[in-house]
Amino acid sequence: MTEPTSDLLRFATVGSVDDGKSTLIGRLLVDTRQLFDDQLEAVATASAKRGVGDLDLSFVTDGLRAERDQGITIDVAYRYAATPTRKFVIADCPGHIQYTRNMATGASTADVALVVLDATKGLKEQTRRHLCIAALLGVRNVIVAANKMDVAKWDEAVYLAVVEQVNEVSARLGFTSSVVIPVSALAGDNVVDPGFMANWYQGPTVLQALEAAPAGSWASSSSGARLPIQWVLRQHGGGRTYAGMVNGGEFTVGQEVTLMPQGVKTVLKAINGPRGGLEVALPGLSVDFDLTDETDAGRSDMLATAPLPTSTNEFEATICWFSDKPLVDGARLRLKHTTRSTPVRVTGIAGTLDVGTLEVGPTSEIVLNDIGLVHLATAEPIVVDDYRDNRVTGSFILIDEVTNATVAAGMIGHANFL
Amino acid sequence: MSTPTHPQIDHLDLLESHAIFIIREVVAECERPVLLFSGGKDSAVLLHLAVKAFAPQKLPFPVMHVDTGHNFPEVLAYRDERVATLGLRLEVASVQEAIDQGRVPDPGPLGMRNQLQTRALLDGIEKHKFDAAFGGARRDEDKARAKERVLSFRGAFGGWDPKSQRPELWQLYQGKVNSGENLRAFPLSDWTELDVWNYIRRENVPLPSIYFAHERPVLKRDNMWLAVGEFIHPQHGEVVERHLVRFRTVGDASCTGAVRSGADTLDAIIAEISVTNVSERGATRADDRFSETAMEDRKREGYF
Repeated sequence: MTEPTSDLLRFATVGSVDDGKSTLIGRLLVDTRQLFDDQLEAVATASAKRGVGDLDLSFVTDGLRAERDQGITIDVAYRYAATPTRKFVIADCPGHIQYTRNMATGASTADVALVVLDATKGLKEQTRRHLCIAALLGVRNVIVAANKMDVAKWDEAVYLAVVEQVNEVSARLGFTSSVVIPVSALAGDNVVDPGFMANWYQGPTVLQALEAAPAGSWASSSSGARLPIQWVLRQHGGGRTYAGMVNGGEFTVGQEVTLMPQGVKTVLKAINGPRGGLEVALPGLSVDFDLTDETDAGRSDMLATAPLPTSTNEFEATICWFSDKPLVDGARLRLKHTTRSTPVRVTGIAGTLDVGTLEVGPTSEIVLNDIGLVHLATAEPIVVDDYRDNRVTGSFILIDEVTNATVAAGMIGHANFL
Repeated sequence: MSTPTHPQIDHLDLLESHAIFIIREVVAECERPVLLFSGGKDSAVLLHLAVKAFAPQKLPFPVMHVDTGHNFPEVLAYRDERVATLGLRLEVASVQEAIDQGRVPDPGPLGMRNQLQTRALLDGIEKHKFDAAFGGARRDEDKARAKERVLSFRGAFGGWDPKSQRPELWQLYQGKVNSGENLRAFPLSDWTELDVWNYIRRENVPLPSIYFAHERPVLKRDNMWLAVGEFIHPQHGEVVERHLVRFRTVGDASCTGAVRSGADTLDAIIAEISVTNVSERGATRADDRFSETAMEDRKREGYF
């Protein structure tokens, strides 16, 4: 699988409210000189106005009036940073349980989760919830900042207790790497500059860990190449081409492709990219395809190469539920999967996840912020891969038919730890 | 058709493709989209991407200029040239018309009109029953924009409620709205100012001439260089000077500042921006200086 974006890392902050996520990001941005003079000045002015010291670092990303007044993060802030070795897209997520849907939004496109926790308090339930969601969303690498080590008097025993807790959860959730870094976001130790308070720690700083973390995991996949069709373009002279964004693998001119769910085989005659004709279409590119045979392809259909996806009306899925109104068996909603929207009905609720014990228990309804296992039946067939094989063709959202609100994030199949 | 190229894609290719993907999704899901075209560099890039998204077909939706009535003549000429060259349908939502009809208070001949744009924009959306409006806003511009979704849902009054945004996961952009509601769509959300300039250079995107260094009469007001002309006259001992300047953003001519610069090519502009220590809105927008949350407050009222 190609990794065209290894120079770019997307990461999301993860963890409970008040453990210092926004302060850590503020520290990271200030110490790597990502802020313009006028932005830094504005943060200082806002801090002085609220009597929270010379420079409240959390105000760098907490940009809403309510966030600054209440001292919490409400929604994701996206920031863009660059060091000499790498570009970063940072999603600074809220920690409060009420805003779990916003955390899931920020984490859904992340390569790496930067977990921030208060070392003096250890792994709280909300931190465990966020770790579960990050793991479900397919994040494999976590960098853990054991924060507030200044409050813990840089006691190595406090740090080691955090390491033990992290290792246990990490093994259960299947993270492939999880470095734990003793940090003081407030003072700046081990964020960008090494800390001199912990002579017992020899590992990387947060910035070094971010610069070394593997990128492009979001796009990696073990499915064939997929092109969900967005739009049919009429060409001069009467022909048609099929437009969409490639995922899962690469398409090559002359290759046999299958139109799904019709199951019709044809050959890829030509590929047009944003800058002209292409021999090969890589994942992440918006293209349009000219096919050898006449087909009835349209929006919602998919072009695919082997191993082919599955066309199905009934499937098992894992969902994160975002609505105040509980989800019950038999509920009717709308589902959006790739470029297809179709009515969907809940045909069974297999259970919900207890984020404390990481066990799935039976339930009759799924309530706000629950992670649940469900069976769904759609009106039209959808063309899917398991989420573990392909994050684009394995994901969907559920939509309330009356309000059009997005009420759930869904993943085809279930993770190994469920 | 050009010769097939070897597969090799970089950061700009991915930003370009993602933006095209978003534009196609919104057009497929919404009934009556429109593209907000100010003649600024971001909307120039947005228009360039929209044309690519549907080529060789013509752009399947109109563009709308929210016209404060305080325009740089160079920008109006540029707008009309683009509309003619690309065969676009242009709608104008006029602040002057809103003032003349008494829908908004008259701020006086020299008053700032950026706040009044919101009303003209909302009236334009309502008049044409647009259910989605593309804008060139980027998240790196402002701390409130940094919080906004790519598809920003707006209720019946057009306002943004930052406390109850729709979850927006993966690349599943959900554009369904009920009658009377609308969306703002920001395909350039993840682009930085430098990305925009690098893309303009790569694609030869045409721009209004005022983005490039030129000599003009200016005066210093509130620590900003304003262009002396139809809408800015010297007051209270302000001195008119001639300087080599360029504009880093294009907005209402009465409140958009110029920067002193000799950068008269794209290479020179990119070199200059790469080492600047002042943000683009901090350098050039008087309207963002009034309060800590100026952008958030305007968005809550229905601004872009």
